[in-house]
Amino acid sequence: MNLTRRHFLVLLPAAALAWESILAGTPEAAPNYQISEHWWGMLVDIEKCIGCGNCVRACARENNVPEGYYRTWVERYRIKEVNGVETLEVDSPDGGMHGFPSSDEPGVKQFFVPKMCNHCADSPCTQVCPVGATFISPDGVVLVDEKYCLGCRYCVQACPYGCRFLHPQKNVAQKCTLCYHRISKGLTTACCENCPTGARQLADLKDPKDPIHEYLRTHSVQVLKPHMATGAKLFYHNLDGAVR
Amino acid sequence: MKFKDAAHLFRMAAVFAAGILIFVMVRSFFVPRTFGQYGHYRGDALADVRALPVHYAGHQACEACHTDVLDVKVKGRHARVNCEACHGPLATHTEDPGGVTPEKLDTARLCVKCHEANTAKPKGFPQVVSADHSAGLACNECHQPHSPAIVTEAPTATVLPEKHAAVVSAKGAKK
Repeated sequence: MNLTRRHFLVLLPAAALAWESILAGTPEAAPNYQISEHWWGMLVDIEKCIGCGNCVRACARENNVPEGYYRTWVERYRIKEVNGVETLEVDSPDGGMHGFPSSDEPGVKQFFVPKMCNHCADSPCTQVCPVGATFISPDGVVLVDEKYCLGCRYCVQACPYGCRFLHPQKNVAQKCTLCYHRISKGLTTACCENCPTGARQLADLKDPKDPIHEYLRTHSVQVLKPHMATGAKLFYHNLDGAVR
Repeated sequence: MKFKDAAHLFRMAAVFAAGILIFVMVRSFFVPRTFGQYGHYRGDALADVRALPVHYAGHQACEACHTDVLDVKVKGRHARVNCEACHGPLATHTEDPGGVTPEKLDTARLCVKCHEANTAKPKGFPQVVSADHSAGLACNECHQPHSPAIVTEAPTATVLPEKHAAVVSAKGAKK
């Protein structure tokens, strides 16, 4: 066949279209999970946290978190007042994984604060990613695409809550996925499943039957660093003003 | 007036058109199909995360078979403590109940993870100084972990009378 330039140029777009449909392959099998019907968040009740570290251990085992890194951790706040001046001590030995040694110093206000990704609706970490490797999913979970992540650490710096780290072997950013592989199957997160006192509760803000709505209406609830307008969805009950 | 060198423009336009076509083709080759499905990212990344293995089966899975334990548990203080919080991740056990059996737990080491006294713990939470409270005995010598309140006389009461009295009076003082 004698292909003229004219014919070649006519065939080129057709070939491009055909090639694209080959690349597309079969569409993704639709699971039962309806992505548009959820908007995930979490409720943390400081008054219930006993600092046992069960959440930290469960998270590490569920998600193969490398040793020395934490997708969730527990901090202990100790607030002293000496001559009218408030001093603050925060510790988190091994991310609180093995609990905390008791401190019997008198006159100190003490409490535990579990921390993790706030799954912000207007997240600073997703805004700085130069390659679209981190994003907020349509159901409100901030995730990392490990195949796209370059390991540039911009997001690690951008997160105001210190929730991201670079995986030491894979060299990609990692963070709490809100156990996306679990919640999309109808389970709760590993940390919520294993919290013995119910201090953590997964919340679906789009589900009208979720008790979170009643809870938010009847309790004083605060998010961390509200002045940063990150749209954080990790709601704390009984949060002390000293917590950062 | 006719522009006599119009052929130059047509040739240039053809080069541009070819360039754009090549760009579109190369782009379609390198950019995954699902990029932009939900936003400026690869839509398949969601499926990748979803495909990760589950290690903690969830208490619903446990309760489907172990109804006898559930019956005991719902009446006690540990009603809302999920199974794997103590027994560890057992998704493998739910897949192969005969092949994978959970380890027996050492209550002397397990219970203190929550119940060891710590001044930072909420005041209403039951706490003990384990060294004083049990004198090294395993907790399940007296307490049944699925429903920990002691309803009958402790079998090892001979070991513990004054220790227990101290704990009970300390509890009374707290109220």
